[in-house]
Amino acid sequence: MTTAPVVIVGASMGGLRTAEALRRAGYSGPITIIGDEVHAPYNRPPLSKEVLSTEVTHEAVAFPARAATADVEWMLGRRVVSANLEAHTVTTADGAVVPYRALVVATGLRPRRLPVPPLAGRHAVRTLDDAMALRTELIPGARVVVVGSGFIGCEVAATAMKLGCAVTIVSPSAEPLIRPLGRMLGAELRRRHEASGIAFRMGRTVAALEGGSVLTGVVLDDGTSLDADVVIEALGSEANTEWLDGSGLDVSDGVLVDDAMRAIGADNTVRDDVFAVGDVARFPNRMFDAEPRRIEHWNIPTDTGKRAGAVLAAQLAGTADEPVSQSFTPMPAFWSIQLNVDLQAYGLPGLADSERVLEGDLAGDVIIGYYRRETLVGVVGLGMKAALVPYRRQIAGD
Amino acid sequence: MIKIQVDMDTCQHYGQCVFEAPKIFHLNDDDKLEYLAEVDDDERGNVEAAVDVCPMQAIRIVE
Repeated sequence: MTTAPVVIVGASMGGLRTAEALRRAGYSGPITIIGDEVHAPYNRPPLSKEVLSTEVTHEAVAFPARAATADVEWMLGRRVVSANLEAHTVTTADGAVVPYRALVVATGLRPRRLPVPPLAGRHAVRTLDDAMALRTELIPGARVVVVGSGFIGCEVAATAMKLGCAVTIVSPSAEPLIRPLGRMLGAELRRRHEASGIAFRMGRTVAALEGGSVLTGVVLDDGTSLDADVVIEALGSEANTEWLDGSGLDVSDGVLVDDAMRAIGADNTVRDDVFAVGDVARFPNRMFDAEPRRIEHWNIPTDTGKRAGAVLAAQLAGTADEPVSQSFTPMPAFWSIQLNVDLQAYGLPGLADSERVLEGDLAGDVIIGYYRRETLVGVVGLGMKAALVPYRRQIAGD
Repeated sequence: MIKIQVDMDTCQHYGQCVFEAPKIFHLNDDDKLEYLAEVDDDERGNVEAAVDVCPMQAIRIVE
């Protein structure tokens, strides 16, 4: 009897890192990676920047292939629609039933969309194909409305501005990036972007889109209307877990896992045959507290994939206690380039109850510290990269 | 020996590689990345970790 493979659902950065970590930790059995995109795993940050402004191929953003994972079986362009955790199988949209020895959930997120009918000119940016489709419409003079003022919204707005578009950001928030970065820095980023020519309509939502089959305008909830050729929906994300509904896993906000990335079953038991990694995994990080959270920062798929791969390989070899007993406290790290803003951050500033300037000047290069009950939980720098390092250590408790 | 190439047009000097492979990468006083272009084979694990954490994916191992 042949052994069923470790099946990784999601041909993503997290899925790839899990496969690499399985090999690194000595697992030499079969691995199958199933992904709904036709592309092998690639790096997403350029999608809101370089891919919108120049001809960028998949090859240019793909992660380098490594010899250790050369024998992985790829099932690309195949969407998994259900899982049977008792029978140990997943089923694809075209009806293939794939048995697994262990299942790794790496299905990530999809953009939340406006609840309005389809219309030419509507865009979101999550996949390479999304970004390539948007690029053809970001031409000089195009009137672009970005809905949402998080990282994707602000970065896409900045890129569109650079390309010569007329850009307005519409957001229900009081300031851009207020949830991840707080009011003080959010207001400063708005000021800088306004100086670069981006218009803001804060505290507003979209009531309707105008146009027959092609977008002509965006109507806001105060009744005002903005002429628009392109609307980019950057309203945050939803976890891709519908295929796990009814499986007994807690998928109320991503997949609930322990700090070894093992899924928590219905009766609060830890499953040793289902793991989750990346954006879709809700895990506790005791660098901060015991509260499980999904963390949508770039380094998390790599950190959680390496963790899951190490634990799973050890478990398949019968030695899981060793990696599981080691603590797992990955440092959230993120970056953002928006016109003349070059931002770098560590920790979870969004947990803070107060914030203050630690070094520099808010109008120039600056480091801002974010505190929860006077403990540093996050730090953000505009410029001053080397000076951030000691604060990173302080957050980690080193 | 392992040969390392960093695309300095792409590198934004975020310094994530420095945490993974401090013997190979460092940020100088001007916040600019400096690195060793050739290192011993026993550094491969650290170099691969540095490749993985580079948000710009600017680091390549030249095989």
